[in-house]
Amino acid sequence: MHELSIVASVVDAVTESLGEYPGARVVEVRLRVGALAAVVEDSLQFCWGIATEETEMKGARLVVTAIPVTVHCAACGTDGELESLQSFTCPRCGEPAADVRSGRELEIEAVEIEEDSGASGVSGAGGASAKVSG
Amino acid sequence: MTTRIVELRQGILKKNDELARELRERFEAAGVLVLNLVSSPGTGKTALLERTLRELRGRGKRVAALVGDLETDNDARRLAASGAPVRQINTHGICHLEAEMVGKHLDGWEKQGLGTRDEGTETQRSEAEGCVRIEELDFLFIENVGNLVCPSSYDLGERVRVALLSVTEGEDKPLKYPTLFNSVDAAVITKMDIAEAVGFEREAAHRNIRAIRPDIRIFETSAKTGAGMKEWLGFLEELQR
Repeated sequence: MHELSIVASVVDAVTESLGEYPGARVVEVRLRVGALAAVVEDSLQFCWGIATEETEMKGARLVVTAIPVTVHCAACGTDGELESLQSFTCPRCGEPAADVRSGRELEIEAVEIEEDSGASGVSGAGGASAKVSG
Repeated sequence: MTTRIVELRQGILKKNDELARELRERFEAAGVLVLNLVSSPGTGKTALLERTLRELRGRGKRVAALVGDLETDNDARRLAASGAPVRQINTHGICHLEAEMVGKHLDGWEKQGLGTRDEGTETQRSEAEGCVRIEELDFLFIENVGNLVCPSSYDLGERVRVALLSVTEGEDKPLKYPTLFNSVDAAVITKMDIAEAVGFEREAAHRNIRAIRPDIRIFETSAKTGAGMKEWLGFLEELQR
């Protein structure tokens, strides 16, 4: 099982990206995990508690959005969601479909943070990789 | 208290993926074809590789191998007997190889010369004298840690990923581990010499592999008798061209 190293990478990436929000408290971390990513949510949740225990992220929620596998069918030209991981066939016409268009995602989508209202860092926030909303 | 959402949209394994991309560019520039062999423990990765290294060398190819295991350098010793330069990567508990581990061992090779070892003992000998660099290789095989789950997430910069499945493991292995079998470019069914004795159902195995990866090439080999090696080696040479 490699969920612990996956979660450790999440903690590192979140810590790094929040450098520009000093004093912010992490409330929630949102992941997108494809059905082909070879990662199990229960195991992620279990490891999340361990990996964040000694960090400023302790107590933060981990929210995992499961991304289904979609394939492009060369035979009928459509994209469709796979009904089962046991058979990579076009859900529309039943032909074998090897062209996977989604389902391998293993991404950090967003982080919800709380800041003291008076905290600075609002102007100029949002570096090259971070866009702020809400 | 103000709440805000910071959108990150970044790959969790971004660092590994970036490293793997750099490795892939380096391998391409060096003209070396890199393969990543994955399977469960005991499928026969090392046995297939022993024979593959030996036979490719017999065909005048310049080959080397990196072999990943949690502990011991037993596999590297076995492989080194083929005469090819071999290095062991011990992951010390980590259940898969990562791009960084591969990258580190390539640098070591270039400095120390192929066939030498990190620490002390005189195992993994090869005929290679002095400094052999990856630019001088035709093939580099990476034998991953025996595991059908985790290696599928980690790009090592290889050009071709190959899954191995032995006749004793059950024909439905690909259905049980679709994430891995879907990520590979070719499959090798190993231990064909005992297929009959264990009641191996060939059609079912092929059907299950293709259910998960429809366009895949499938080979059947016996590292013991040499059956099927001709097709497998032919495939490797075809990739190299």
